[in-house]
Amino acid sequence: MEFAELIKTPRADNVVLHRPFYPAVEGTLCLTGHHLILSSRRQDNAEELWLLHSNIDAIEKRFVGSLGTIIIKCKDLRIIQLDIPGMEECLNIASSIEALSTLDSVTLMYPFFYRPMFEVVEDGWHSFLPEREFELLSSVTNEWRLSYVNKEFSVCPSYPPAVTVPKSIDDEALRRVATFRHGGRFPVLSYYHKKNGMVMMRSSQPLTGTNGRRCKEDSALINATLRAGKRGYIIDTRSLNVAQQARAKGGGFEQEVQYPQWRRIHKSVERYNILQESLIKLVEACNDQSHNMDRWLSKLEASNWLTHIKEILTAACLAAQCIDREGASVLVHGTEGTDSTLQITSLAQIILDPRCRTIRGFEALVEREWLQAGHPFQQRCAQSAYSNSRQKCESPVFFLFLDCVWQILRQFPCSFEFNEHFLIMLFEHAYASQFGTFLFNNESERSKLKLPQKTMSLWSWVNRPQELSKFKNPLFEANSLVIWPSVAPQSLQLWEGVFLRWNRSSKFLDEAYEEMNNIIEYNKELQAKVNALRRQLAELETDDGMQESS
Amino acid sequence: MSHIPPPPCINSHFEQKAALGTLYLTATHVIFVENMSETRKETWILHSQISSIEKQATTATGCPLLIRCKNFQIIQLIIPQERDCHDVYISLIRLARPVKYEELYCFSFNPKLDKEEREKGWKLVGLSEEYNRMGVPNNYWQISDVNRDYQVCDSYPTEVYVPKSATAHIIVGSSKFRSRRRFPALSYYCKDNNASICRSSQPLSGFSARCLEDEQMLQAIRKANPGSNFIYVVDTRPKLNAMANRAAGKGYENEDNYSNIKFQFIGIENIHVMRSSLQKMLEVCELKSPSMNDFLWGLENSGWLKHIKAIMDAGIFIAKAVAEEGISVLVHCSDGWDRTAQVCSVASLLLDPFYRTMKGFMDSYWISGYNGNILHYFRYGNLDGDPKEISPVIDQFIECVWQLMEQFPCAFEFNERFLIHIQHHIYSCQFGNFLCNTQKERRELKIQERTYSLWAHLWKNRADYMNPLYREDHSQTQGTLRPQTAPCNFLYKFWSGMYTRFEKGMHPRQSVTDYLMAVKEETQQLEEELEVLEQRLADLKKVQSNNRKENSKQQDQNTHLGLSASNNSIANTPQDYINNVKSFPSRSPSQGDEEDSALILTQDNLKSSDPDLSANSDQESGVEDLSCRSPSGGGCLPSEDSGKDSDEAVFLTV
Repeated sequence: MEFAELIKTPRADNVVLHRPFYPAVEGTLCLTGHHLILSSRRQDNAEELWLLHSNIDAIEKRFVGSLGTIIIKCKDLRIIQLDIPGMEECLNIASSIEALSTLDSVTLMYPFFYRPMFEVVEDGWHSFLPEREFELLSSVTNEWRLSYVNKEFSVCPSYPPAVTVPKSIDDEALRRVATFRHGGRFPVLSYYHKKNGMVMMRSSQPLTGTNGRRCKEDSALINATLRAGKRGYIIDTRSLNVAQQARAKGGGFEQEVQYPQWRRIHKSVERYNILQESLIKLVEACNDQSHNMDRWLSKLEASNWLTHIKEILTAACLAAQCIDREGASVLVHGTEGTDSTLQITSLAQIILDPRCRTIRGFEALVEREWLQAGHPFQQRCAQSAYSNSRQKCESPVFFLFLDCVWQILRQFPCSFEFNEHFLIMLFEHAYASQFGTFLFNNESERSKLKLPQKTMSLWSWVNRPQELSKFKNPLFEANSLVIWPSVAPQSLQLWEGVFLRWNRSSKFLDEAYEEMNNIIEYNKELQAKVNALRRQLAELETDDGMQESS
Repeated sequence: MSHIPPPPCINSHFEQKAALGTLYLTATHVIFVENMSETRKETWILHSQISSIEKQATTATGCPLLIRCKNFQIIQLIIPQERDCHDVYISLIRLARPVKYEELYCFSFNPKLDKEEREKGWKLVGLSEEYNRMGVPNNYWQISDVNRDYQVCDSYPTEVYVPKSATAHIIVGSSKFRSRRRFPALSYYCKDNNASICRSSQPLSGFSARCLEDEQMLQAIRKANPGSNFIYVVDTRPKLNAMANRAAGKGYENEDNYSNIKFQFIGIENIHVMRSSLQKMLEVCELKSPSMNDFLWGLENSGWLKHIKAIMDAGIFIAKAVAEEGISVLVHCSDGWDRTAQVCSVASLLLDPFYRTMKGFMDSYWISGYNGNILHYFRYGNLDGDPKEISPVIDQFIECVWQLMEQFPCAFEFNERFLIHIQHHIYSCQFGNFLCNTQKERRELKIQERTYSLWAHLWKNRADYMNPLYREDHSQTQGTLRPQTAPCNFLYKFWSGMYTRFEKGMHPRQSVTDYLMAVKEETQQLEEELEVLEQRLADLKKVQSNNRKENSKQQDQNTHLGLSASNNSIANTPQDYINNVKSFPSRSPSQGDEEDSALILTQDNLKSSDPDLSANSDQESGVEDLSCRSPSGGGCLPSEDSGKDSDEAVFLTV
């Protein structure tokens, strides 16, 4: 298919762009296969807007006489308005945008066409391979092995080819366990807590069904992670009720009798469409133009977004607590083990592991616990808060995870190497990007379409010094401790940097950030100067001393 | 007052995160000393901070006594013997409600300053200096002595600033037409465009009454701003309330009677609504492990943030009239000492960068106090007054400042701690600043001779109250602040740092402000060191080019500069240096005070009721709500295991 077929009017003049807090810009609108471009012709203050079609969540058209207005609502929550003279032109442009922003085929997406304008220093596709992670693990323990049982994606289509499992469990056993777990997601290692050797594993629900089917290998697998005489915790991200109901559909949970060494805790975390609706309501509240304070708080409450944040953080803290304080190993799962499970396991690692609070460590975490772990990004992030078509698969699962990270970052502002912008950047790219990283739903799909060969990795771009400098937290001081966030309602806040980003002027906050940077930069500069002088002096003095003694 | 002997070793313990200890009642404080550990942690609570004492139903462990404080601290004591509990209860009721000014702490509080220092403290800020700074008296405004001996209005100070064209006859006439005779007087004057903010009480207009002198007074205010042809008259009450007042012979200005005024209602609710709003919000804060929805619903239901926004909106309206339109504004409510004071203070803060400095903020207090009423005493009822007259007027103003600080992080010279400590001391009655309602009363009581000034205390410790992001030359610091107005509901946030101040677990565990302050302090040291090093290097180079004998002399001198030779050796690596300072940022302010806490028993020093101190000792106290408190440890708390028991309760509640 040619994009040209979809572009009915490639160009319109005298288009006026309206954005909150910016003066209106008049210019020429151009549509390309992947971008909507508006450039003002004024030479003195040339301004350009480049918007990826894939970033467009919804559009609305309005007409006043022959002047058409298109309101574009983006997945990054921004809303812009284009005034286009000429009804036909406006209609054409609107329908073109609609078509281009809802392309069916992933291979037509921009990442497959994007040619980077920067030099690739390190190919992000190879930065976080499971083998590398396993190397790190083997330096502290030899109880685990890297299994390639899923090399052909035949055992579990949503797992990567290589997974870390207990050494004592062979591939044959893994295959059997896979048949006992939803979608073949047998328990694998998620995190090894160096401090006490406890581990966190993740999987999907066991397929016990109503007649209590069991699998010897399954219990053997997870028991292999327990120290003699020790008990472990299974954190089920569903309520007991939901878990029981799952049995009717062939799913279920680990029964005490079959897993006597494990204590099961149900910590309910919402999923799918409930989260999506929550997001829609929250963004609606944030965009509400009314001046009524009451309505704002009740809408914030009714959206339940912060309730979900609290639930997820609480469950993650619980998992971290079991590992660090109880000295117990943990298995986390919900139903499929691709959504709430990953929220919990990844947040628990942020709490426990200082490495995950560095930029590279966090990237590795996203790679490991989200991308390779088979979170279906394409399904979940197909639409954002403005979508009208309510499909069942969309859900801001990853978005909530980022919000939770932000909440912890806010409570421990000096313990993270990255800043808020880094999280916002990841949010944007998860929904619309020129990079291939967040395309498709799992490693199997990515490798089939040769994504690493055909597209650029987000990490290749981010991990260059000039980009990284934007994402570095000037307050960072490595903190090797476990950081326990507060989950009290008074401690959780709306993530303004994302939700109010386009509704308030951030000028003064940006200035504050800059000032903070200046203070710290100046300090570092002085430190370097003083050190250099000290060295110089010391040298001169030894010279002196030598001269004198000679 | 007779000193009440400490009850014999009452084993009391705080709820949930309980601690066993001994309770002492002194003439000024409730003191709880923990039995546990070598630290013998102490919690000190001033009687004047106590806002309510509640005897709860006796349980198996003893009789619970719940004490709520005006600085939002809550503690529960469980006293084993019912009789002891009752005695403590009766004593506290009495102690928390002094009947004479002389019983207040500030009359016995002695920070060991001599007379001279005390006087200096009181002179730190002054009324006439402040008006001089604004540029009055001048061609349009003058000091009137019409109120000497408080004969016109006893709640006004003796010196009032009025338009030059307002004669004594006009002022007196106008005062007779105003509630409590509070005639229009200058509150803020804008040098750049002659626009001003005046304040008064409501006119006694009833349904049709007029007063020529009052009309002339408003005319005089307009004339004092030659560039404008009208003034705004802002009534900060809801229209309905103002109309209801007409039936009582009060009311508001009729635009037809006054030439060239534009009349405007701004609906800020009255003190009774505000009091119950705060009450409701505090109830939300007291909830045991509330859900997110409980919390948000309760917060909304309290209406607190809506009221804050109303006050802000009024301030923004006035500031805009003055700065952008160049129009003078007369502000009043009913008596002109609650809402009017809040709104004028907010407007001044928006208009004038000076008020956003530490010194200026203290001055603005002075102004709002003098030129209207002393906001506080009447409302804060430290004396056994009518509880219906108590209202969080000042808390709301302080919160408005905080809300502005959140929106303009570089615009204020002071930080959140400054506001919290001021709030604390408004109720502590440790300093004389907030006593009484009027200048007259203050003079009669000889406050300045008999008590100390809070401003001197804060000024002395100003390093603790600095906003590291503040820079005099920063663009945000200059000129009028223009907060975003539409749509901006979401800009007003719950102030956890104030209202759940004693729930340490709820707050960010690392303070950006403290971190940056430590960095700045280090920067300053580095700058000094750099200078010394450069000097030394220059000297050394000079010497090296000379002969050796002189060289050694020079070195002797250098050691005098304070840098020992070993200090210069390469062994002193940069890491070392960083490490020295590193401990700073992660150190929370309260931890700092911990070192001082040992002093308290022996010496009634200033620190003894500093908010931080009580905050600190409270870590073990009161309503620490375990189920929503996260495990302690982590970032800045040194002992990771300290909260172990509580942790389990936290997330494991299935």
